[in-house]
Amino acid sequence: MIEITLNGETHPLEQATSVAALIEHLDLGGRRVAVVRNGEVVHREDYATTVLAGGETVDIVHMVGGG
Amino acid sequence: MSEPNDALTIGEYTFRSRLFVGTGKYATFELMAEALEASGCEVVTVALRRINLNVPKGEKTLLDHIVPKRYRILPNTAGCYCKEDAIKVAHVARELGMGDWIKLEVLGDEKTLLPDPIETVEATRILVQEGFKVLAYTSDDPIVARRLEAAGATCVMPLGSPIGSGQGILNRINVRLIIENAKVPIIVDAGVGTASDVTIAMEMGADGVLLNTGIAGAKDPVRMARAMRHAIEAGRLAYRAGRIPRKLYASASSPLLDF
Repeated sequence: MIEITLNGETHPLEQATSVAALIEHLDLGGRRVAVVRNGEVVHREDYATTVLAGGETVDIVHMVGGG
Repeated sequence: MSEPNDALTIGEYTFRSRLFVGTGKYATFELMAEALEASGCEVVTVALRRINLNVPKGEKTLLDHIVPKRYRILPNTAGCYCKEDAIKVAHVARELGMGDWIKLEVLGDEKTLLPDPIETVEATRILVQEGFKVLAYTSDDPIVARRLEAAGATCVMPLGSPIGSGQGILNRINVRLIIENAKVPIIVDAGVGTASDVTIAMEMGADGVLLNTGIAGAKDPVRMARAMRHAIEAGRLAYRAGRIPRKLYASASSPLLDF
């Protein structure tokens, strides 16, 4: 069992997981979101090859109301 | 809508409406959508935040209420207090497919939400080098505005007064100086309280006005949005019409009485 910090909370993962797999697991495939890993944007084309091995801080963000 | 041949060009985009409207602070998404429609705007701003992972899948989001063909979305870096955060948010915005443009906000104070001029200029320089089209939110200081333009900002956005304060344009002299000296579009952003604030900005020669709270916080946001639509047109027309000068003494409108 490994852990990442996902949107500010501890999130367990059974094993090292790609960003793509995480997005699918969270059922966010149809949504317009962006992924930030350890403070840097992960580009969509790198989702499948970017692996979360534990310890990363991940933020999944989207557009909200703002001025 | 603007007169023919009076469209607003910012970077690669051209707009007929010179009103930009924010999407924050509305009681409901439906009300927001109605207000945006009533305002006639073509550009709406959005912020970027963590998604709520516990929300049921069917629940509608902001994007479900913004018709993509009708509005161009301008992401902002609201909530950032240092250039590093603002740059990170800009990267996220680009990744979300909103194009290369970004409304840059780097704040210096939580109570007043006034912009930090040094962080803003530095962030502008870096983002411009990275290929972004930066619309830089700034104070009414003409020198900072000049620095932002020199740093490559596509548009400079001086505040009228603090965000959400509704005080209108506090320093008309400075905002006019900014407008007169700029070679890039100037959009007055922040502090708009009511329709006349928008008209005043446009009569000074601003290229556009951005507001959020002035509409969203009004008792009747849809009606206020409609007012803003008229206000921006009235101000722009008056500016282009060339007003009469202010005089100390009267100048009769009717000939002298002759009977």
